[in-house]
Amino acid sequence: MAFYRPASWQKPFAAVTLLAALALPQCLEFIDQSYYLGLATRMLIFALAASSLNLVLGFGGMVSLGHAAFLGIGAYVAAICHQAGIQQGLLVLPLAMVVAGLFALLVGAISLRTRGVYFIMITLAFAQMVYYLFVSASAWGGDDGLPIYERLQLGSFSLVGDAALYYTALGALAFAMFLFGRLADARFGRTVQAIRENETRMEALGYPVFRYRLVCFALGGACAGLAGALLANQSGLASPSLLQWTQSGTLLVMVIIGGVGYLYGGVVGAIVLLGLEELLLSWFAHWHIVLGLLLLGIVLFAPKGVAALFGRSRD
Amino acid sequence: MTENLLEVAGLTRRFAAVEALKAVDFVVAAGEVHALIGPNGAGKTTFIHHLSGALLPDAGQIRFAGRDVTRLSMHERVRAGMARSYQITNVFLGLAALDNVALAVQGRPDAGSSFRFWRPVRREARLFDEAREFLAQVGLAAQAATLAGNLSHGEQRALELAMALATKPQLLLLDEPMAGTGPEESARMVELIEHLARHVTILLVEHDMDAVFRLADRISVLEGGELICTGTPDEVRNDAGVRRAYLGDHL
Repeated sequence: MAFYRPASWQKPFAAVTLLAALALPQCLEFIDQSYYLGLATRMLIFALAASSLNLVLGFGGMVSLGHAAFLGIGAYVAAICHQAGIQQGLLVLPLAMVVAGLFALLVGAISLRTRGVYFIMITLAFAQMVYYLFVSASAWGGDDGLPIYERLQLGSFSLVGDAALYYTALGALAFAMFLFGRLADARFGRTVQAIRENETRMEALGYPVFRYRLVCFALGGACAGLAGALLANQSGLASPSLLQWTQSGTLLVMVIIGGVGYLYGGVVGAIVLLGLEELLLSWFAHWHIVLGLLLLGIVLFAPKGVAALFGRSRD
Repeated sequence: MTENLLEVAGLTRRFAAVEALKAVDFVVAAGEVHALIGPNGAGKTTFIHHLSGALLPDAGQIRFAGRDVTRLSMHERVRAGMARSYQITNVFLGLAALDNVALAVQGRPDAGSSFRFWRPVRREARLFDEAREFLAQVGLAAQAATLAGNLSHGEQRALELAMALATKPQLLLLDEPMAGTGPEESARMVELIEHLARHVTILLVEHDMDAVFRLADRISVLEGGELICTGTPDEVRNDAGVRRAYLGDHL
């Protein structure tokens, strides 16, 4: 292993992609395919969620199978705020991050005392607890979830328009990626990456390993919470299915096919997985089988993920 | 003699039916090179693990620099001034030698918090300048940019030492620094430890008796979890109990 080092072309490429993404709504409108704007927004939001897991898994080396809990909590924070009549995104979005982050702090403080399979199981257990809590909470819609009838306001801008929500998701993702990129190079990023490789050695160098892991885990949870709040606003519903363990699995699959430990692994994975789903859905009745085969192919031919195919992002 | 840097009293540890350490009393004076020897299975590594905090004792006390550290965690002991090197080379093989040592420098409390999320480490010249000094101390200045995985075994041992030194310890626990090195590398390592001993107190666990008798001011002998002898190299060499332990001479 080494510390994460972006390929030299990565920054310009990301900038060009960002510009293209900025122009996307107009382009889609021009070719009269605005339907796809919703898909693009979903991709951005899941890219954010998967990237937050990649921070925990790829950089922090913590294989969490409970990441959906933070996504779902973010969604429910948005929905509960809506229920209470709070529509200001500048309040709701940070609140979703804080609540999800605090919950991640709690989950991490307990589960990070374990390692390996035990860590996987205990994060899964926490996520399932949250799932059953919301399924049984009838005040918050129980099984049916909690609807959001009107999207957030961001300052004085309304996110009711699809393009507005798209740009919000794009902004959130761009901000998160910029933050993660800086963080990976900074002291904190180096510390968690070195802990991922050899935690005993880091202890023996005087690093309070647990604390760094915990902060990394909580940061990942907070960003997942932001993604959840956006997702609930897009679909107009905070549903318990967002909290289910299969959702955690989907995020893991995104990170793995995208590239564990590559800065843009989560982004690539989310776009590939949701893109494939959309394509196959329209062509095949039994699209799940085809998707499975394709994923198998990706894992076989790009074991380090799709992002790893493009140059060496890690030396 | 000066005051004691490390005082171990009645350290006891049992693994199931095996009593690995039996009420060990042990003292390292400030400034000395103290060697810990003993036959295989005597409990040396277990003892070191208790000193470094990897294992906690069933009974007994460890005082370091006048402070009870018995229940402190590993990183807290490092921060208190005890650093260790590992018997099996334990460096970050995928990182350059310089990055390895820079990590050690960065971990020190006086280097500032590592909860910094923004500024790239490579712009923190101070970390790397200091890391270069430690590399130079162990004779690896020319290998700064080499991946640790591409260093020779002896060089990796030296790097291990540089990392321990970079934590600026008062006491250096060296767990078999000569393990697996050839005669030439061993000789270099002995020189290096002699050099380091001028600045830092050293507790040396080693099988290479030539090195031990050359380096140590005092030697303690551990056998079957008991400390059977402590003294100068001459005293230890002439101790009947030690001879029996090493030669298995029960007659």
